[in-house]
Amino acid sequence: MSTARRLLIFGGIGLALLGMIYGLWYAVFAEHQELDGIGKSLATGFSAAGARDPRAAEDALQQYRELKYTYDRHVDVHGHWIGLAMLLMVLGIAFDRVELTERVKLLLAAGLFLGSLLFPLGVLLQTFSHGVAPRAVAVAGSALVIVSLAGMTMGFARAPRSG
Amino acid sequence: MQAGGNAFEPLGARRLLALGGIGLILVGMLVGDIFAVFVLHQNAAKVGASLSAAAHAAAAGDAKTVLASLQSVGNFLENRGTKVDTHVHMIAFGYLALLLAILQPWVGFSDSAKKKLAWIFLFGAWLLPLSVFLIHYVGLAYSPLEAIGWASIFADFGGVLVIVATLAYLLGIAKRTQQAADRAPVRDGVRGDRSVAGRILLAGGLALVLLGFLHGAYYAAIDLYKHEALDYSVLSEMSAGAAAKDVAAVDSALAKYGQSGGEKAVNIAAHAHAIEFGLLAILLAFFQPYVSLRDSWKRRWAWVLLFGSLLLPVFVLLELKLGLLAGGIADVAGLLVIIALLAMWIGILRYTGEIDAGGRLAEGANG
Repeated sequence: MSTARRLLIFGGIGLALLGMIYGLWYAVFAEHQELDGIGKSLATGFSAAGARDPRAAEDALQQYRELKYTYDRHVDVHGHWIGLAMLLMVLGIAFDRVELTERVKLLLAAGLFLGSLLFPLGVLLQTFSHGVAPRAVAVAGSALVIVSLAGMTMGFARAPRSG
Repeated sequence: MQAGGNAFEPLGARRLLALGGIGLILVGMLVGDIFAVFVLHQNAAKVGASLSAAAHAAAAGDAKTVLASLQSVGNFLENRGTKVDTHVHMIAFGYLALLLAILQPWVGFSDSAKKKLAWIFLFGAWLLPLSVFLIHYVGLAYSPLEAIGWASIFADFGGVLVIVATLAYLLGIAKRTQQAADRAPVRDGVRGDRSVAGRILLAGGLALVLLGFLHGAYYAAIDLYKHEALDYSVLSEMSAGAAAKDVAAVDSALAKYGQSGGEKAVNIAAHAHAIEFGLLAILLAFFQPYVSLRDSWKRRWAWVLLFGSLLLPVFVLLELKLGLLAGGIADVAGLLVIIALLAMWIGILRYTGEIDAGGRLAEGANG
């Protein structure tokens, strides 16, 4: 098995495990608390509005905003890590059909693996900091994924070399 | 190793998983199409009406109706959520079944053990989504537990069966890896195929994944933060309008909330569908040698599948501009994918073992 294929298949399995372990942690320790908080803050916001208390309503909706921001990112990280892992494994199995040199194939495999790891990690870091650095990690990761996928698409589309 | 799992025997593990997997995807897509036509929009209207009732009750200072209306929103969202989960799990389990079918030659168990595991996997993969679909209707009736109903219990049981079968296959792969030195390398028709239909599906599928990813990146960079900010500001506007008894402001905020929610939903749906259809095309590329149809027809069905897979997310995106017309075209595109998938499923069902027989003959000649 070539290094590129090994990287895609074993990297994919590792990423899937990471995504599932993260999902398990999230489901047990964070998801229900976040969903409960979202529901409660929304209900509190509207009840406060009904009680003519705009300041309490505003505070509750601000809390809703923060919780929703974190919840969306937690779910995205879980889904993207596992989804990208599946793509890595499937591409690993089919990788001998990419009609490019071994060196280019290894570069593409490394780019896709690194991008698949970094992109959701950047999204996860956004739940800790709203600054530029986490976004930069996510953007760099997704750029790596896009460039690698484009290269592999060309490799699959090329007719097989004779022999 | 030809007979040991990579052969496509009528009721062998590989064919069971391939046919069962494509069957799951077919039914999951049909459920999705029916859901999109008959449930999605009606349900969204009910959620909107309940949210509107909550906001108007808040404006009238009626706290009891506020909570009752928000409770209704929760019920409608649960109804919607279980339908979406049924659709998504059937398709995801179908993908997993196809992946496991590809991996069969590397599983170091006997054929009968692999077949039993395939049945366990497929039983669980059907049980979970069917039970999830019933959660909304069964509720807590006759349940021995306080918060979890029978449908949820059966859904969890289905999930456990899928996990057990998948883990067992992984153990089988580990077992074969340990014995790899003593065994002949795997010669596999699924991986060795270089047909045109297979190449169309591989390159087209990966191009769809790429398009889906590009769209997701564009959405995250341009619209995501705008929609998140709008979500909060519109709710804030709504509650401020309600607190000030300003019904017109509440109605205006509700309209904006619906518009923003719709934009977010179609963008996420287009992104997810492009990537999922791309992955489906890549997985189907592996099974082209076993689709017992003429090469010209295999190519045609590959193109139909890719055409439908591209058309659906594009017209889902256009739903906000073109309304029902775009929705209708997206449904037809979904139907094209279903028809192409059905044609491949029938082709696999018709396969009578030519490639496996050829492989055995070659092995006999070598031996």
